[in-house]
Amino acid sequence: MTFFLIASAVKVFVVFNLIMVGVALLTLAERRICAWMQDRLGPNRVGPQGLLQPAADGLKNFLKEETSPALADKTLFTLAPLISFVPALLTFAVIPFAAPLPTPWGPVAMVVADLPVGFLYILAISSLGVYGIVLAGWSSNNKYSLLGGLRATAQMISYEISLGMSTVAVLLLAGNVTLSQVIAQQQQGAWFVVSLTLAFIIFMISALAETNRLPFDLPEAEGELIAGYHTEYSAMKFSMFYIAEYSNMVTASALMATLFFGGWDIPFTSWDQTGEPSVLKTVATLAAFLAKTGFFLFTYIWIRWTLPRFRYDQLMALGWKVLLPLSLGYLAVIATAIWYLHAQLGWTYGTPFALALGAVNLVLVVLLVWWLDRGRLVSGSMAEEAA
Amino acid sequence: MAIGVKVLKRPTRETSYLRATLKGMALTFSHLWRPKVTMQYPEEKSSKDWTISSRWRGTHRMLTDEQGRAKCVACGLCPQICPANCIKLVPGEDEDGHRYPLIYEIDEFRCVFCGYCQEVCPEEAIHVGVHYENSEYSRDRFVYDLERLCAQTHPVSTLWDPSDPKGE
Repeated sequence: MTFFLIASAVKVFVVFNLIMVGVALLTLAERRICAWMQDRLGPNRVGPQGLLQPAADGLKNFLKEETSPALADKTLFTLAPLISFVPALLTFAVIPFAAPLPTPWGPVAMVVADLPVGFLYILAISSLGVYGIVLAGWSSNNKYSLLGGLRATAQMISYEISLGMSTVAVLLLAGNVTLSQVIAQQQQGAWFVVSLTLAFIIFMISALAETNRLPFDLPEAEGELIAGYHTEYSAMKFSMFYIAEYSNMVTASALMATLFFGGWDIPFTSWDQTGEPSVLKTVATLAAFLAKTGFFLFTYIWIRWTLPRFRYDQLMALGWKVLLPLSLGYLAVIATAIWYLHAQLGWTYGTPFALALGAVNLVLVVLLVWWLDRGRLVSGSMAEEAA
Repeated sequence: MAIGVKVLKRPTRETSYLRATLKGMALTFSHLWRPKVTMQYPEEKSSKDWTISSRWRGTHRMLTDEQGRAKCVACGLCPQICPANCIKLVPGEDEDGHRYPLIYEIDEFRCVFCGYCQEVCPEEAIHVGVHYENSEYSRDRFVYDLERLCAQTHPVSTLWDPSDPKGE
């Protein structure tokens, strides 16, 4: 018990700090990658390749003046950044990030808390984050902030449904909501991205919307809402929203890697998950996990600097008219397929099982692409044809 | 459909969001590897794409003769033509009857860098220069006296030549 407590405390400390450093580097990565995409160099002055830029930014934010609008609701105004900041960091707790580490007192699972309800915990906590945004918008006593908060609410609720639906497919296949079991299942056959491609696509789009990233950053929408829900915030309070956004990105990327890309699994070898745990295995699997997460983080940035922002009605149309029916229909198809393979043919999850589901997915994806590729999909208020 | 907006029928390849998105992603990705256009200013002041023009009109410079005296003969044409009235000239005369400036000051803050002083100068003494980095800790430092004008070393502006308008 003592060992468990100490190990947990150490893990909490290490993971918290790693995420904070990761978030800091991510802000730099965002600015540099954006610059490269625009044929610029980006911030490269503070430290080698600009690596100390986040530290300079942080220092600046600490020293800036804290402004507080005269008519703002002081309590909520101060509380809101915390409410969006804390859940963003909490969600990472259940994501396994490496193979167990051997210690003289027995192997230690490389996850802060291997909760049996892991995935449900993530859904519950991540939906708390929206309260921070809504309360920030409300308590600022500013119409733009309020509009940003309103948009955030509607957007989060709309996309949480398709996000949940797409992961139900994962849970159906894994038969478990513990994330370490989800990973173990993927290690037996192929990664779930093969067997649940469409769920991955839906999850990815919904995750973009859930983390308020472009092309779905309507709560901020600087073109129309100044800075949306954090218009009235300055200094460290603003910085906390910023950190919350980026740690949400980290969590969403880690979740995509875990649910669909095998988590810390190293592909094409079973060396990493069988036999005695060793330090080498832990390090190698951690590297694999970081590589996968890093890839999704890059994709986030890449998408942000490519696509323009959606119009609000387009966002809603995509969420309710496309993603929701799509995920529901997909769930029905995939549940039937799993039932058929499981109950009728008596297969258990393995490579043939994954490939069979993959074939189903291939057909569905081809159909989806064919259907999407007709021009003017998310047209919203656009009239079809003038008579 | 209240107003008669004409909606054109276009082929799918022109209206497909999906293809446009993928095309955009490919484009931004390809830009990651392209050469960057940023000029890292304080270290790098000109590149193959940009150098300062030889016709640039910047900080003034007074040319000097072999003895190191200012070429200025205090004729008074430059304060006369200066549209910003930024040149202060008090003429003096030595025993041999040579005129020279007792006081010659240019207020670089008032100056509009039109280059008329250089154009009008019969002795080719005062020039505008190819130079742009003027920063000081005090406002008074922007009034350049004769000694400071003579001490400038940057190249002088070639100005615009009407017979060669494109600078060829």
